Amino acid sequence: MGWSRLHGLFAVYKPPGLNWKHLRDTVELQLLKGLNSEKQFTPQEHIRFLLAPTEGSERKELTLMATNVPVLSEHPLVRGPNYTSVKVGVGHRLDVKSSGVLVLGVGHGNKLLTDIYNAHLTKDYTVRGLLGKATDDFTDEGRLIEKTTYDHVTQEKLSRILAVIQGSHQKALVMHSNLDLKTQEAYEMAVKGLIRPMCKTPMLITGIRCLQFAPPEFLLEIQCMHETQQLLRRVVHEIGLELKSAAVCTQVRRTRDGVFTLEDALLRTQWDMHSIQKSIQKVTPRVEAELKKYQTVGPAQRDLVGHPAS
Amino acid sequence: MPILYGKWLCQFSRYPMKIRNFIIITQIRNHFTRPRKTNLHCLLALSQQSSGSFLHWGFKNYRTSSLWNSSQAPSSNGQENISAQGTHPTSLNELPLKTEVTNFDSQISLEELDDLSPISPLQQISEEDAVQIVAEPPLPPASFTLRDYVDRSKTLQKLVLLGVNLSKLEKRPGAGNLLLRLDFENDIQKILLFLKDIGVEDNQLGAFLTKNYIILSEDLENLRIRVAYLESKKFSKTDISRMVINAPYLLSFPVDRLDNRLGFFQKELGLDVQKTRDLVIRLPRLLTGSLEPVKENMKVYRLQFGFKHNEIQHMVTRIPKILTASKRKLTETFDYVHNVMHIPHHLIVKFPQVFNSKLLRVKERNSFLTYLGRAQYDPQKPNYISLDKLVSIPDEEFCKEIAKASLQDFEMFLKTL
Repeated sequence: MGWSRLHGLFAVYKPPGLNWKHLRDTVELQLLKGLNSEKQFTPQEHIRFLLAPTEGSERKELTLMATNVPVLSEHPLVRGPNYTSVKVGVGHRLDVKSSGVLVLGVGHGNKLLTDIYNAHLTKDYTVRGLLGKATDDFTDEGRLIEKTTYDHVTQEKLSRILAVIQGSHQKALVMHSNLDLKTQEAYEMAVKGLIRPMCKTPMLITGIRCLQFAPPEFLLEIQCMHETQQLLRRVVHEIGLELKSAAVCTQVRRTRDGVFTLEDALLRTQWDMHSIQKSIQKVTPRVEAELKKYQTVGPAQRDLVGHPAS
Repeated sequence: MPILYGKWLCQFSRYPMKIRNFIIITQIRNHFTRPRKTNLHCLLALSQQSSGSFLHWGFKNYRTSSLWNSSQAPSSNGQENISAQGTHPTSLNELPLKTEVTNFDSQISLEELDDLSPISPLQQISEEDAVQIVAEPPLPPASFTLRDYVDRSKTLQKLVLLGVNLSKLEKRPGAGNLLLRLDFENDIQKILLFLKDIGVEDNQLGAFLTKNYIILSEDLENLRIRVAYLESKKFSKTDISRMVINAPYLLSFPVDRLDNRLGFFQKELGLDVQKTRDLVIRLPRLLTGSLEPVKENMKVYRLQFGFKHNEIQHMVTRIPKILTASKRKLTETFDYVHNVMHIPHHLIVKFPQVFNSKLLRVKERNSFLTYLGRAQYDPQKPNYISLDKLVSIPDEEFCKEIAKASLQDFEMFLKTL
C-alpha cells in the first residue's frame, strides 16, 4: 500500500552542518521503517499428505491424510524485513555549510530528477555577507587573510555593483542560449527577459539584489542556474573586493529549487513515510505541468520560472 | 557465507504419523540381507539419534531421483523394506564418495557399502511403501540463508518461536553453522534454563540470543563460575539479571577480563566500590566494550575541556553514557555550549545531559531562544532556562513553556536557519 504511493519528487529542508549524503540515508531509513511496519504477520500453513495414525491392529493400514502443517519459513524472524532498500535520489546538491530546499526523488521519481536537471530551471538563494574581513575559503570560519574597514561602503555603491554583475551575466545568458537575436521573436523574448540557456554552462546569475543592508552585514537575494554554493560565496568575496573592502559569506540558503519552495520543504521532524507521501501527492501536478512545457516546446520558445527581480 | 550441513535432525514427533524408530547406521547394517553394489547415486537409509555422530556432507552428485526422501525417520517397516524392496523411505543422507568415507566418523565400513546394490526406479514396490515415500524437495547442501532449513530443523523452529531473529543471525559468520549443529534438547535447553535462573525473562530470551548466540556453545560450568564471581563482588541477583539483559555479551567474558575492567574503572574514576558498582549496573556496556574510547574521553574531559576530577566523577555518576560518547561529537557540543552559549563549567557539570543530546537540536533551540530574546542561562538572573530543559523535553513542550511561542513559529524559524 505505502510502496505504491512512494514514487515521485519531494523537497526537504536541509539544516546547516548536515552532509547531504547523511540526509539521504536518514530519509531512506525512515521510509524503510514506515514500509516495514505496515504488514502484520499471519502464520502460514501448508497442506501435507501425511500418514494417518492407525490403531494397534495386526495389519497396519497406511492411509494418507491431508493435514495442515505450520510452516515457519515465512515468519518475519526468519525471512527478515519486507523492504531492505528504497531508491532515494538527490537533485541539486547542497554542501555541508549551506542549508535550504533539497529535492529528493523516490522510486520512479528518480527518472524525473534527470528531466528536471535537463529543464535547467533557476534557483533562488539568500546569501548573508559580512564586511570587514577576507578568508581563504570565503566563509567566516576559514583562515583569515586580511581585515579591512568598511565605513565607506553605502547601499548605493552596493546596488551599483550588483547591477554591473547582473548586466554581465545577462550578456552571458544571451550568448549561451545560442539564439539568433536578429529574429523578431528572439528579440521580443530577450526584451521580456525570458531567455535561458538549455545546455551546460558555467554559473549564470539571472538576478541579484540587496534585501537588507546593515553594515557590516548585508543580505542578498540571488537567482541563478548551474551554480555551486562555493561559487556563490566567491561572488560575495568579489563584491567585497569591488567595494574596495573585503567580505565573507556567513550563510547560503536555498529558498527555491525549480518548482519547490520553502513551503513544500519538509523539516527534520517530518521525515517519515506519511508526510513524504502527502508531500509527493501535493507537488506532483506542479512538477508534471512544468516538465510538460519542456517536452512539447521547441528550442525557440523558452520560459523562465520566477522572473528575475529587477 | 554458505551454511554447510553439520548434522541432520529428525523431527516428526509432532506430526500425526506413526512413531518411527530412529535407526543408527549399525542397526541398518545388521538388517541388510541382500548384497548390494555401491553406487554413487545410491542413498543409504540412515538416520541418527540426536546425540549421535555427525555426518559430514560430502555432497557430490546432486541428481535427485524420485526415491529421495527428505528427513523422515524410517518406519519400523522400513528396515524390512530396505532389505526387501530396496526403497528409501528414510532420511536424507547422501553417500559421499568412497574416498571421503574415511573422513567422517560414521559407522559404515567400506565393505558394507560394497554390499549395497543400486535401487532402480522401475522396481516394483508395495502400496504401503509407496504411501510411505514422501517426496519433499531435497535440502540444499549449502545455502546463504537459514530459511531453507527452518522447516526441517526442530532446533531452528524452537528458536524462532522463542523470538530469535534468524534473519539477522544468518548474516553473521559462523552463526548459521553453529545453530544447525546444536541440538535443542541436549545443548541449548541447559543454557536457556540457566539464563532463566539468572533472571532473564522468557520474552527477553529472543533478543538476548539474537545479540549473543555464542553463549549457546559455552560451557555451563564457565557461565556458573562467572556468575559466582559477580555475586562475590556483591552484585545482587536482580542487578546481575539487569546487567546480563542490557549487555548480552557479559557472560561470555572470562573472569579475569571482568576483573580487569572493574579494576580499571575503579582506578580511573577514583570512585568507591559502591559507586563503581552502581555505574556498572547502570551501563554494563562499559564492561563489554573496548577501554580505549573511555581512556580517550577521560583525557578529553580532563585536558581539553578543563574539568576537574571531582567534576568528572559527578558527571559520570549522573550520566554514565558520556564515557562512551564519540570524541568528535563531544568536542563539537562542548565548543558550542561553552563558547557560543557562554555557559560556564560549573553549570555544565550540573547538567551533563547536554553531552548526550544531538548537537543540531541544541543549536536550533538556542538560536530560536536568542531570536526571541529569551536565551537566559544564568541562574542568578530572572527567566533562567536550565540546560536539561533545553535539551531533554520534546518540541511541543519546549515551544509552549520555555519559548512561549507556537510550534508553527518554531518551524518557520527553522526554515530560516
